[in-house]
Amino acid sequence: MKQTKQKTSGAAVPIMDAEAIRGALRRVAHEIIERNPQLTHVVLAGIPSRGVEIAERIARFIHEIETINVETGVIDVAMHRDDVGTRSELPIVRESKLPLPLEERTIIVVDDVLYTGRTVRAAMDAINSFGRPARIQLAVLIDRGHRELPIRPDYVGKNLPTAGGEKVQVRLEQTDGEPDEVRLEKS
Amino acid sequence: MTTRWTRKDLLGLRELSADEINFILDTADAFKQVGTREIKKVPSLRGKTLVNFFVEPSTRTRTSFELAALRLSADVINISATTSSLTKGETLKDTARNLEALHADIFVLRHGSAGAPQFLANRLKASVINAGDGAHEHPTQALLDLYTIREKRRQIAGLHVAIVGDILFSRVARSNIFGLLKLGARVTLVGPSTLVPREFEKLGVEISHKIDEVLPKADVVNLLRIQHERQRREYFPGIGEYIRFFGLTKERAKLLKADCLIMHPGPINRGVEIDSEVADGLHSVILNQVTNGLAVRMAVLYLCGGISA
Repeated sequence: MKQTKQKTSGAAVPIMDAEAIRGALRRVAHEIIERNPQLTHVVLAGIPSRGVEIAERIARFIHEIETINVETGVIDVAMHRDDVGTRSELPIVRESKLPLPLEERTIIVVDDVLYTGRTVRAAMDAINSFGRPARIQLAVLIDRGHRELPIRPDYVGKNLPTAGGEKVQVRLEQTDGEPDEVRLEKS
Repeated sequence: MTTRWTRKDLLGLRELSADEINFILDTADAFKQVGTREIKKVPSLRGKTLVNFFVEPSTRTRTSFELAALRLSADVINISATTSSLTKGETLKDTARNLEALHADIFVLRHGSAGAPQFLANRLKASVINAGDGAHEHPTQALLDLYTIREKRRQIAGLHVAIVGDILFSRVARSNIFGLLKLGARVTLVGPSTLVPREFEKLGVEISHKIDEVLPKADVVNLLRIQHERQRREYFPGIGEYIRFFGLTKERAKLLKADCLIMHPGPINRGVEIDSEVADGLHSVILNQVTNGLAVRMAVLYLCGGISA
């Protein structure tokens, strides 16, 4: 699914540097503010591990712009995946953390790369097991296309047309111990 | 969190590394939280079939495994000694092969003979989880004990754990000893010399026959059930004498450190190995163990049943 954890090999083309990532997430923050008049009802729920970091960054931008502290959460998808039993290596299961009750809230699912949409599908299932939020939206740093489910993002840092064999690598200081960068590895 | 889980079976704690044990406990953290959700069910093992195969009677372990499997969306079949063809002379292997022919994916086995789960695991493609085999191991019980200690005391390394009672016949004690030592705890076994023989020192534990000397130093006291059904006269002087020398009475409980945890795998014999006041008192984490058992078993079923064979 997400092809972000591959080792660097061959020709990896730089797509975004730290400044471009900052700019993109700041713009996403602005769009979230415009689309959600009641920011106090918004929860930025990141998918581990980079989605969690991106959600935190967007929350900081919103605070800079509007001086409102938007709630953040973690939404673990490992136990809601549809490919358990088909993999020789299981994804690590982490604890989900969402403010409750969900009923009045808008949950914005945050991830680094949107690809097939299956991870987002699992995230929505996970959220529904906590309750029935008023609405769910989706924010991603990169939309690389190739959806396998009828899912579209509400907020996109960057649209990146890719071929199926290519790999999008996202590196963030906090989660990877490397400078912020997005690269595209050609097949 | 760099460890990966690669085992299809959980047979005992003896063969697990400290990293693997911690990995199960970390995974259990995530599953514990599922129990607090509005919908206490995740689809991880949807479409898988689990067989609870209990050749020895057990209610709480079987129920805990059953509920764990249901919360993971697996289908569950329960087979007990009295309902199975084992009473008609079918061998364990044949019974299991018949169940496998029905495409069961996970076997949870409780059996009176040590090594029975290993025997099945070597012969079946399905996952085998040991739910207690003879006096050998009961890994999920020890894992839930470790989980409970870790939850209450943050870490296990450096803690002094006393295990009290019938050690000789206890698979719970054995699995606990392996797990606690691997995670860096100090372990003292306490009981009459007939039930706590010196040979256990070879495992790296200390032995004491005087509970009053151990209680003031212990961070955790794990009381084992006195197994009436297994006791033979030559090991065991009598209930009254056991209580006098080893029962955790409310008088003895005054010797405990303020933050000492009292654990018991259940079912408890009130007034024998533990007084009611102590079982229901502030030190007791006995009901936490039950709750945590569910999370730990979900983690074990998810990990062993989730990898492709």
